[in-house]
Amino acid sequence: MTLLRLEPRGEASRAMVYATPLLAVALTLASGFLLFWAMGFDPVKALHAFFIAPLLSLRGLGELAVKATPLVLCAIGLAIGFRANVWNIGAEGQLTLGAITGGGLALAFYGEGGWWLLPLMIVAGMAGGALWAAIPAFLRVRFNASEILTSLMLNYVALHLLNYLMHGPYRDPDGFAFPESRLFEADAVLPLLVAGTRVHLGSLFALLAVAAGWFLMARTFIGFQIKVIGLTPTAAGYAGFNQKKIIWLTLLLSGALAGLAGLGEVAGPIGQMNPTISPGYGYTAIIVAFLGRLHPVGILLAGFLMALSFIGGEAAQIALGLPKAITGVFQGMLLFFLLATDVLIRYRVRFGAKGAAGSGVGRAAA
Amino acid sequence: MSSPPHRLELRGITKRFPGCLANDQVDLVLRPGEIHALLGENGAGKSTLVKIIYGVLHADAGQIRWNGHDTHIPDPAGARRLGIGMVFQHFSLFDTLTVAENISLGLDQPGPMDALSARIAEVSERYGLSLDPRRHVHNLSVGERQRVEIVRCLLQDPKLLIMDEPTSVLTPQEATRLFETLRRLAAEGCTILYISHKLEEIRALCDTATVLRGGRVVGSCDPRKETARSLAEMMIGTELSTPERLPQGEAGAAKLQVRHLSTTSDNPFATNLKDVSFEVRAGEILGIAGVAGNGQAELMAALSGEALVPDPASVAIEGRPAGHLGPRERRLLGLAFVPEERLGRGAVPELSLSENALLSGYAREPLVRSGLVHFGRARSYAERIIGAFNVVTHGHRAEARSLSGGNLQKFIIGREILQKPRLLVVGQPTWGVDAGAAAAIHRALIDLARSGAAVLVISQDLDELFVLSDRIAVLFHGHLSESRPTHHTSVEEIGLLMGGLFNHPPDEDEVDRAV
Repeated sequence: MTLLRLEPRGEASRAMVYATPLLAVALTLASGFLLFWAMGFDPVKALHAFFIAPLLSLRGLGELAVKATPLVLCAIGLAIGFRANVWNIGAEGQLTLGAITGGGLALAFYGEGGWWLLPLMIVAGMAGGALWAAIPAFLRVRFNASEILTSLMLNYVALHLLNYLMHGPYRDPDGFAFPESRLFEADAVLPLLVAGTRVHLGSLFALLAVAAGWFLMARTFIGFQIKVIGLTPTAAGYAGFNQKKIIWLTLLLSGALAGLAGLGEVAGPIGQMNPTISPGYGYTAIIVAFLGRLHPVGILLAGFLMALSFIGGEAAQIALGLPKAITGVFQGMLLFFLLATDVLIRYRVRFGAKGAAGSGVGRAAA
Repeated sequence: MSSPPHRLELRGITKRFPGCLANDQVDLVLRPGEIHALLGENGAGKSTLVKIIYGVLHADAGQIRWNGHDTHIPDPAGARRLGIGMVFQHFSLFDTLTVAENISLGLDQPGPMDALSARIAEVSERYGLSLDPRRHVHNLSVGERQRVEIVRCLLQDPKLLIMDEPTSVLTPQEATRLFETLRRLAAEGCTILYISHKLEEIRALCDTATVLRGGRVVGSCDPRKETARSLAEMMIGTELSTPERLPQGEAGAAKLQVRHLSTTSDNPFATNLKDVSFEVRAGEILGIAGVAGNGQAELMAALSGEALVPDPASVAIEGRPAGHLGPRERRLLGLAFVPEERLGRGAVPELSLSENALLSGYAREPLVRSGLVHFGRARSYAERIIGAFNVVTHGHRAEARSLSGGNLQKFIIGREILQKPRLLVVGQPTWGVDAGAAAAIHRALIDLARSGAAVLVISQDLDELFVLSDRIAVLFHGHLSESRPTHHTSVEEIGLLMGGLFNHPPDEDEVDRAV
């Protein structure tokens, strides 16, 4: 009847869970090849400029890590919430709040810092993000208000709060009324990890978050409860798992990680407070979380891939004169091919007409 | 083959799913005007076969002849055009619409509503299925809802009517009325294909029975000449061991006491419990009968702790007030609980059996230590359940949804019983479960009671309650009748109670419902 069929596998293929992201990358590269060729570029050169060249220098690799750091930090927290059906869309705002509270400390103790300032800023950044996430958590638990809407709307509130601060209390007194703060002092800046790059301590925190996120989901009873609540809330009710507790926990956790990401930006590559801390890391992290299949290790890889598409897109603009939209095209293709190949996790491709194999009777093993 | 053509003739129907051959060279012949039973355990391939006849599934191989002609049934609409109607076990009705509106949604050409209402009234009267087309479905009893589904089929003037476990939701009296309707239809030449586990009713109703096992036809017979036991043995292919009746031992201390339990709910379609009182003692099995939707779900939730009750003292476990406690705390007091829905409440479909063992096992088994899951112990606990309760599966890694209904139920009941509860509450223990698994489950429940635990069984299956229970009470419109010793009552008496004939002061709520 048909030459190509999809046949249900009966149970999910574990191999395919890992193979389809690679397949998606391969298909994206192949399509990119055709796309560049059709546009009259040398496809090998273009792909090289996009995907390879940024990885050839230490500085390029460093930038990759710098961009991936906030994405991974936010996405780890979001993914844990998503597993429990807690849809925190507010990482952007929580990130901003983390920068405001942590960065605020750096400014408050300007000129009187010490070794203790940085740890304090880190704690304050996480607390700021968590507090911002506590608002949707409270509204959800107390009034059953959708956290999707409340957390999203708080992003704009956070942005306006930042703008207010940058035009008021946080502004550099000697800054000619520019909405920028003083540059943080050495005591308030995250130490660099690799000389010659901008890779800072925040990247180490991101790796720790990956490990801790994996441990939480794979080994702890809390992680098990999160999984059950996300898959089958009625079974969680039957088992006696406290859903409100899990809503609080996942929102506070993702808020704290986003807050840490925000603090890492202002105390890291930026080194001061300004009104554009994040180019939308909190939103892109949602894509990273799903691209990484809500799994910490997957998120780490997806974070690098998204970071590469940002950096490669910029490189391609410069080297080939391609429009800025090329970044979006590649991100879109990647997501498209990933979702398309995901069907292989539960189905296998069969060639040939239905039932033509004939000898299948013997496979009726229970 | 020259006499009047068969209504439906299946030859060599084969249907394969990944990992299982659901139908293997099935032959089936249905004659006009006969009531033909399709018998088989769960997983024997009955549903697959019926879905092929109704066009929901397509056979991989084989022929279908309808009234003597080769035919192909592309989809359910095609089946209806041929004159095949089907009443599913689970109804697909909209609660907020009227009977006529619901029926019109299921017809391919409904026509104007007034004419349709008149036809509904006419058809329902002709077949003794009293039904008011203007009533809203949420006001109807389950038996009445089934009538809506039947009338919907009858309006299309079927030549073959497929009934999938139709009596599982009916009182005995309602079932008797359904049989009269079916006999009348058959007398007019309509063929009825009747799927059921209830062997007594097949003996009472059907002219022919075809028995399926493991996807093959293993025999056909005249059920009126067989005993329920011989039919069951044909179905499972081995000798059946029925559990012995529990000798009436002296009951011990009260393990569960429910006193003046009343519930309120925001859900307008919930049935609130009204002043329900009973107790279950150590060593006994109390059965609660009743047609679905009379408060069973609310009673289960109030007992499990999924719904908290306002007065803590109205539910007491081993004498301790527990109404304010959640499921976890009640488990720690010695309660184990088997919900009615296996997949989606009693088990998480996507998780493995080890993880499902952890789902309720965490409270009373040492599976969690200082916040960390001990996966090795969860696995061996799952393996213990699989071994002790003969769960057919390819191991503790299997996803819960890959198990058949009977095997999953054995797993869930095993998971609860191995926690050595002092009190077990079970909803519909063998609903949709094959005969072999049902016998094993009954055996396990009786053994648990003999070992000194108290067991409460809430079921719609009267045969089951009469096999298991020491005492039976009936739930109707949220009221619970006095319990009666099983050997002092009869199916008829319980059936009348299920229809609401017991003494309680009528209240406003029911008067509202009746309007």
